[in-house]
Amino acid sequence: MNIVVLVKQVPDSGSERKLDPSDNTVARATADNVINEMDEYAIEEALTVKEAQGGEVTVLTVGPDTATDAIRKALSMGADKAVHVSDPAIHGSCAVQTSAVIAAALSQLEYDLVLCGAESTDGQVSVMPALLSERLGIPQLSGARKLTIEGSMAKIERQTDGGYWEVEAPLPAIVSTWDTINEPRYPSFKGIMAAKKKPVETKTLADLGIDASTVGLATATSKVVDFAGRPPKGEGVKVADEGDGADKLVGYLAAQKIV
Amino acid sequence: MPVRRLVPTQEAADLLDLTRQLARDELAPRAAVAEAAEEFPRDVFRTLGRAGLLGLPYAEELGGGGQPYEVYLQVLEEIAAAWASVGVGVSVHGLSCFGLATRGTPEQQQWLPEMLGGELLGAYCLSEPHAGSDPAAMRTRAVRDGDSYVLTGEKAWTTHGGHADFYKVMARTSDDGPRGISCFLVPADSDGLSADTAERKMGLTGSTTATMRFEGVRIDADRRLGEEGEGLSIALAGLDAGRLGIAAVATGLAQGALDDAVAYAQERETFGKPIIEHQGLGFLLADMAAAVETARATYLFAARLRDAGQPYGQQASIAKLVATDNAMKVTTDAVQVLGGYGYTRDFPVERYMREAKVMQIFEGTNQIQRLVISRALARGGTPTTTVVP
Ligand SMILES: Cc1cc2nc3c(=O)[nH]c(=O)nc-3n(C[C@H](O)[C@H](O)[C@H](O)COP(=O)(O)OP(=O)(O)OC[C@H]3O[C@@H](n4cnc5c(N)ncnc54)[C@H](O)[C@@H]3O)c2cc1C
Ligand SMILES: Cc1cc2nc3c(=O)[nH]c(=O)nc-3n(C[C@H](O)[C@H](O)[C@H](O)COP(=O)(O)OP(=O)(O)OC[C@H]3O[C@@H](n4cnc5c(N)ncnc54)[C@H](O)[C@@H]3O)c2cc1C
Repeated sequence: MNIVVLVKQVPDSGSERKLDPSDNTVARATADNVINEMDEYAIEEALTVKEAQGGEVTVLTVGPDTATDAIRKALSMGADKAVHVSDPAIHGSCAVQTSAVIAAALSQLEYDLVLCGAESTDGQVSVMPALLSERLGIPQLSGARKLTIEGSMAKIERQTDGGYWEVEAPLPAIVSTWDTINEPRYPSFKGIMAAKKKPVETKTLADLGIDASTVGLATATSKVVDFAGRPPKGEGVKVADEGDGADKLVGYLAAQKIV
Repeated sequence: MPVRRLVPTQEAADLLDLTRQLARDELAPRAAVAEAAEEFPRDVFRTLGRAGLLGLPYAEELGGGGQPYEVYLQVLEEIAAAWASVGVGVSVHGLSCFGLATRGTPEQQQWLPEMLGGELLGAYCLSEPHAGSDPAAMRTRAVRDGDSYVLTGEKAWTTHGGHADFYKVMARTSDDGPRGISCFLVPADSDGLSADTAERKMGLTGSTTATMRFEGVRIDADRRLGEEGEGLSIALAGLDAGRLGIAAVATGLAQGALDDAVAYAQERETFGKPIIEHQGLGFLLADMAAAVETARATYLFAARLRDAGQPYGQQASIAKLVATDNAMKVTTDAVQVLGGYGYTRDFPVERYMREAKVMQIFEGTNQIQRLVISRALARGGTPTTTVVP
């Protein structure tokens, strides 16, 4: 089974994140960059499937040179090889353009299963699996909290607010994962040493046969026109308990439409 | 103050990333609760072992990570910044493997991979109730009987006592003073070996310390490391490395205290501004930062001497002295920065202060470090310059 995991490097959602005021794109160069959290679950799932069924796990990422950190981490967790699409012209691409790049890169790979996170913590549009499904003409199973591969079928439990749906599709298929699906393993020092020797192929837009003018900020389908910092935290409301503290609290929560 | 590090390779940088991830996710959330409950976190050592963090400074052929001390000690520092008891445990475990790695025969070294992989936890028994600073005064005996030795006596202060799977034990094989001591690797399940009730300590309560009792413990003669009479020199060679371990642990502890103090000083306001902006307190924090970086630079220099194959015993003693005295000062000042809150058990800084104290005591008290340093001064010598490629 050939599995490709889509991995995106994003600014750490736990530290301060900024947009670059010169072109309103995510300031990646100065950010504390990490693997998109949800993608670690996709990697873990890929490794689990590989351990059960054999095969090979390839990491695919589209991103600037710094994304090599994310690739090394995925390889040190146990993925076998990686493809890194990096080209300055991709800067500022929207989700639709990014999906064209990922689809082109996938077309140059052999895959039975494509795994990705259910959403990224920066763009957070959650549409990548759908866009890729459309472009590649393969089914998508989105938002999995459980994945089973039976013969040539992929079955998932699709997580919903109230429970889950059982969804299945024939392979090759693309599956996106939530953080409920597994517990990602830590890399090990052995894995870190082994990662040094694993192949990483770097590709440009030209290698993928993509015209550079069709991607990037200038022709993006969506653009950040303006942005403003989060308003500073206001003074909190103080409730003095004069025997009616609970009523006041409930009243406040109700006024905020929280209860 | 975010730590800034220099490391020689990309894999060392990735290793430090992994360590910080483990420290943040597996150690930090549990430290306060386990310390208060005085619980030894045995499973944490398996987690660290599986990640490959317990055998870092040992050769790859022996099942280790083949990392220089410069890297291993910085990993240890990151672990201790999240949980000092675990940092001490990793250092002690590493020390318990030291004799086997340096003096074991190839047959004996077959035990190493399981030890370095963390499946087996180690301890070492040098001190006795009446013989701490002066280990040559030890009385525990190992008497040869055919193909075995029989050990009798008691070993005090054993870190991991009662939890370890094997004990590196120094015992007397003759009355020839320091040359009458030999080194043995004793399995925990040996008949006649038992642990007393653990000591009730001021701090480091997540690390068990207990007296080990040897009542006619019979072990195979092939459990002796090195020759008869080489035990004390094996132990002391290990101690030089162990002192660097404690220096790194103390530096991590101090870094953790500094980070908490700075964060608090940015939030807490008096007289209408954050206390970090009052010069009197800002300077206290500045001195703490200087003490932490001094400690780090000092242990790293000793580590680089060791990595370059140069004598480093005196520098190891200096590093242990400076790093632990600085940790005592920094943790005490961290309590001061937090004011009354710092003195309560609701904040970790009072615990850091209790933990720092023992670092001035074990692995050679700081008086003994001064003894080592001053003796080296008395011996004299000439300046050396070594080129590191
Ligand atoms: C308001 C807004 C502002 C934006 N601003 C910018 C900007 O300033 N600069 C900019 O460059 N883009 C910007 N984008 C676009 C954003 O980068 C895209 O959303 C992104 O390219 C792909 O979408 P996603 O990460 O949100 O995908 P999602 O559908 O949320 O991601 C799902 C999964 O797809 C995979 N995946 C997504 N992207 C990649 C990738 N590049 N490589 C490999 N796998 C991937 C991952 O597995 C991920 O978990 C913005 C989007 C929005 C909505
Ligand atoms: C938490 C903890 C864990 C430990 N873990 C281990 C372990 O795993 N294995 C192990 O073998 N031991 C361990 N020890 C023992 C530790 O190494 C000894 O406690 C230490 O070496 C000091 O010995 P002592 O307690 O007998 O003090 P003593 O030797 O009695 O010293 C008492 C005081 O006299 C001072 N002093 C002694 N001699 C001189 C001198 N010549 N000049 C000036 N001052 C001097 C000392 O500095 C000290 O202040 C541990 C101790 C503790 C507290």
